[in-house]
Parts: sequence; C-alpha cells; structure tokens
Amino acid sequence: MLPVSSSQAPPAHDLASLLKELSGLPGPSGGELAVGRRVAELLAPYSHSVRHDALGNCIAFKEGQGQAPRPRIMLAAHMDEIGLIVTRVEEGGFLRVANVGGVDPRALVAQEVIVHADAPLPGYIGVKPPHLLTPQERDKAIPLDEMFIDVGMPEDEVRRRIPPGTLVTVLREPMQLLGGRIAGKALDNRASMAALVEAMRLLSGLHHVADVYAVATVQEEVGLRGAITSTYGILPDMAVAIDVGFASQPGLPEDRVFPMGKGPSLAFGANIHPRLFSMLLDAAKANNVPHQLEPMPAASGTDGWAMQVTQSGVPTAVISIPLRYMHTSVEVVDVEDVRQTARLLAHLVASLTAADREGWRYDLT
Amino acid sequence: MILRELSEIPGVSGDEHRVREAIWQAVRDRVDGGRVDPMGNLITWKGADKPGPRVMIAAHMDEVGLMVTRIDKDGLLHFRKVGGIDDRVLAAKAVRVGPDGVPGVIGMKPVHLLKPADTRKPVPEQELVIDIGASSKEEAERVVKLGAYASFATAYGEFGNGLVKGKAFDDRAGCALLVELLALEFPFPVYGVFTVQEEIGLRGARVAAYDVAPDLAIVLEATTCADIPGAEPHGQSTWLGKGPAITVMDAATIPARPLVQGLVEAAENRGIPWQWRRTAFGGTDAGAIHLTRAGVPAAAVSVPCRYIHSPCAFMSLSDFEYARQLVAGFLEDVPRVAAQLPGIP
Repeated sequence: MLPVSSSQAPPAHDLASLLKELSGLPGPSGGELAVGRRVAELLAPYSHSVRHDALGNCIAFKEGQGQAPRPRIMLAAHMDEIGLIVTRVEEGGFLRVANVGGVDPRALVAQEVIVHADAPLPGYIGVKPPHLLTPQERDKAIPLDEMFIDVGMPEDEVRRRIPPGTLVTVLREPMQLLGGRIAGKALDNRASMAALVEAMRLLSGLHHVADVYAVATVQEEVGLRGAITSTYGILPDMAVAIDVGFASQPGLPEDRVFPMGKGPSLAFGANIHPRLFSMLLDAAKANNVPHQLEPMPAASGTDGWAMQVTQSGVPTAVISIPLRYMHTSVEVVDVEDVRQTARLLAHLVASLTAADREGWRYDLT
Repeated sequence: MILRELSEIPGVSGDEHRVREAIWQAVRDRVDGGRVDPMGNLITWKGADKPGPRVMIAAHMDEVGLMVTRIDKDGLLHFRKVGGIDDRVLAAKAVRVGPDGVPGVIGMKPVHLLKPADTRKPVPEQELVIDIGASSKEEAERVVKLGAYASFATAYGEFGNGLVKGKAFDDRAGCALLVELLALEFPFPVYGVFTVQEEIGLRGARVAAYDVAPDLAIVLEATTCADIPGAEPHGQSTWLGKGPAITVMDAATIPARPLVQGLVEAAENRGIPWQWRRTAFGGTDAGAIHLTRAGVPAAAVSVPCRYIHSPCAFMSLSDFEYARQLVAGFLEDVPRVAAQLPGIP
C-alpha cells in the first residue's frame, strides 16, 4: 500500500513522450493485453490496487482520504484502437481482412501495418501501380474486401504462422508537429489514457475525499463492451468517460467540431447528468481549466453511453479531447488539451465531498 | 548499405541535390572524375581515354512526391503532385516537408461524420492537404516555404523472405546498382550517369546523353511488379523474386535488339535468373537516351518493385543482387555485343 496522502504529486510525466509511447502500443479491440499491462504499470504508483477484470479492463483503485462511506467516482477511458482481423490467406500468401471497429477503407490504402502473429510481422496494404490502373479504377475507392496485406513471405510460411483471426494494427511512428501537437495512430483513445494517468499523478498531490477508480476499458470501438462490465463491477456513485472528439478541420460542420488547444469539450445532453455536468463546470472554472461546451443531443458515441445505464443507473459525464482525422493513422492532438483534461479530472475528484454520495436518487413523499 | 541511405533521402524531381551529394561521396573514389551539368545530372566517368565503345549506364535520382503550392490561413499546406501518384495512396499518410524535413500528415475527414456513399469515392483532391500542426499561415511559413517539396516519411527495413521495404526504390535501387557497378574496372570508357527529372518526362537523361554521346546505353531501373491479388496474369508486369526484368518494349522505347539479346545471353550464360518485363506501359530514361543526337542503342534492366510510386515499395534483395550480376556480366560481354550494333565503328 502506498501512503494515502502526500503533499506533492510525484514527478511529472513528459506528456508528449507518454502520448507517443501509448500511441505506439498495439491494442486492437479484443487484443488490448499489451496496452493493459503498460497502463497498469503507469497507474500503479498512484493507486492502492490495480486489477484486470474478466473482459480485460484494467481497474486502478485509489482510496479517498475521508471517512467511510466515501463517494466513489469512476474515470474511464478506452484503451482499444480500431484494427483489422485476418479472414483468409490467398494464393501467394496474401492476407484478406475484415475490420475491427469503424474503419474507413480509404485510410488503409498503401498503409504499413503490423500483423500480430507469433511475432509482430511487418506488412503493407498494397495497391496496383498507377501505370497499370485504368481511369475507372482510379475514380473508385477500394473496398476493404478487395484489399490485401502483403507480408513478403512464402505462402506456406504465411499459412503456418498467420491463422485467420490474427489481429492487425496500422504502423505509424508518432510524430511531433508544430505547436505542441502530436500525430500518430490510436490517439483515439490513448490521448485520454495519457490524461487519465496524468490525472492520477496529480491526485497524488491533492487532498481528495472520494474513492477513485481509474479504468482503461476494452472493446469500446466494437460496442462499448468493456464499459458495460467494468461499470457493473465497480458500481460507482458517479462516472466520467474520457474520449476524443472531433477537432476543427476544413470541410466539417462547425457545430460538430472544436478548436484544438482550447481545452477539452464538456458534453451536456441526455447522456450526461446535469448535476455532474455542473460539478465539472465548477471545477473547471475554480481551477482555470480552459474548456468548451458541447451540446450532445443523444448518443455520445463513448463509453459514457453504456456506463449511464448500468444496473439501476449511474450519473455520467463525458469529456472529450479535440482530435483531428479520427480513425486514421495520422490522428492529431494538442498536448495542452491532454494536460488540461488531466487537470480537470483531478480537480473534479478533489472537489467531491461526502454529500456527493447523496441525492442522485430520492423517494417522493 | 547504400540502398538504405539513398532510399531515405528526399529527392523529388527538381530537388535531387541531396541524393546527388550522397552518391558522389559513395562513388568519388571509384571513378576518374565527375561533373554536374546545368540540370543537376551527375556525370561520372572512368577510362574515358580507353579505346572501344563509350558505354553510358544511367539511373535516375529523382522520386515522385509533392510540392507545396499554397499555405492557407489555417496553416495547412496545399500541394500538387510531382510525377505519377495515385491520389488514393495519399490519404492518411505521413510526409516530410522541405529541406529540414518538417513532419506533416495528410489527414481525412472522420468516417463518423461521412455518409456511407462518401467512403466509396476516393478522398476529393481538394481535401488532401498537409497538416504540420500550424494554426496559422504565419506559423506555417516560419518553417515551410512556398514551393517546398514533400516526400513520404517511410523507414527502410529488411523483412520477410529476403525483402526490403522503403520509399523511392524507383529509382534509388538503380542508383545503388550503379554505385556498386562503378567499383568494377572496364577495358572501354564507361560513363556512370545519375539523372534528374525522369519522373516528369525523362528530362535529365536527354541532356546528359547529349553531353556524353555514348555508343550504347544501359538504363538501370526499378519497375512495376503487380504479382498481387486482383491483377490479371497478363497485367502483372513482373514477379518479385524471379530475377531482374529485361524490357523488350515499353511506351517510350523499343530497345536495340542486339542489346536485349546481349542482356539475355549475359544472364543465361552465367545462370542468372531473369524475366521479361511483361507490359508495354511506362517508360525509362532509355526513351530519351535512344533518341539523342543521331540515335543511341539503349536497353533497360529493372529490379521488380511491388507498390512502386506508393509510400512504401517492396523489393527482393536477390533480384537486386542478380541485377548487379547480370549487368556486370553484360559489361564483360560488351566488346562482343557492340560489334553487332549498327553504327558502331
């Protein structure tokens, strides 16, 4: 057990390095083990316990410094990324694949990948050379079922080493762009994972009454599945989902996007409990956390959608980090938005009092 | 390995000087001399005063890429393509921009905000822009100049069954072959010529060949290889791992038959695997060289490359090595082959 109170947070992570490290880890939905292990290592110094549940969710627990019973809050970010799964080996040793999660096939053309076989194998989603294309072919996007992965190995070796069901992720070295921005794969949702780790570090230096569950969920991209079981297992008084949102980029409707570098967006709407939303806003204002407001008419498309309807209902909020080019290998986030998201989470937890256990459900007289 | 070094250097057509510098450093001790012409071709020679046919061996230094043509108010870089690139390979890619290699990405709209029909059409050309993280035109202009070239950010690697992957094998593979061949000694004059601007119309080779005035020329290339699913057997051009390809006709050249025959015999007599290049599409510097002055017998030997002109190509190291052996063997045979060429004294 670590001491429950310390006056100072442990040394800061270099958030840019943490983001790049997490971006580089392979973790397609259903294959999050490597990410889960690393996240457990990252959360352990700031937690009293870290465990994995039956689906693979990584759950870190940090006890509050108040008298029991304490309010219990769950902070969740999914750790899986979209990917591909091998369905068939073609003549010549080429792999056919299906999508794992919401893939735009156009983002896969001429993409380097890693095939997670008995060892990580480099591969490429090949295309015909332009010299051999007809004009009609050029005007058509290549559907996923016409794509193939080339691993440059003889067919018999491919058949021996890469059975159907093998998972595939895109290969992209994270890149430092201007203005503190980082480009890479899987920043949906490793950006939020970095924010969660940083929030737990900050909490080590803050007084907080509430018990905190920091959760890295699995299988969000295929249907919010890790959130379903982890929220049931924890049954918190309150829950916050941290995910990425659409950042401003040319050609997108302005009411659907948020500028980068202006802090996370705080959603309000059916998926969000109004009281928890107010508490988030108060925590942001009291601690000068830059933030943006995001009207969300129905589904948030995040773990929050599942967390809210767990057991007899869990008050839920959704925080989003603006991200460009979502679900491509070149997603872009601003490190400052990640930092501010972490600050907001830490200060929200620190603001909770024993009274925040109460009043979420009540009897009528 | 010189191939790795050359592959990773940016050198889009018109901007080949870094490639040229690296090649010169690699060959300067192997040749008698070298010069750079007004277009930027690197012309090297050995044994210029020797008797016998003047043999030009050429490989182009340039690669396909992008040029920044507008920097917008949001700090995004708009570009045009330099050379033949399928637009569809550009979306969701990492690039390096300008002489300092500023990292950038070509993004896409998130699939969540698109209609299914949108995803069945290629990303519209005007949506393909480079994002270097700048928020404004001013911020972008501090690190990128209008007209900067961009090339794919692809690391060289060895993998699979003796394969290598990387960018710009077309035609750094040819350049690397030529660097290695220039280590040999010849009883006749040899001009090793590293050309510019092949990808935008065989332009460097034209003036270099005029300057060299060779009696015969061999072009070293990387060529299309479509032995992949979805390509009809007659459209595959070459096979990976089955040896270097000899061209019998493409869109720019009908190579001199005695040279083609000489190349085939050089391979057959030495047990070197080889294959025909089985498409008439595309062209090489031979197209410009053979029409130089009053005409130059020219032929091409190519290393098959899957996914050529895309961010990453695959090449077989054995094909590369056999190409070197084939051309080295041919050069041994040159005195005999040249005697069969028309117009050579």
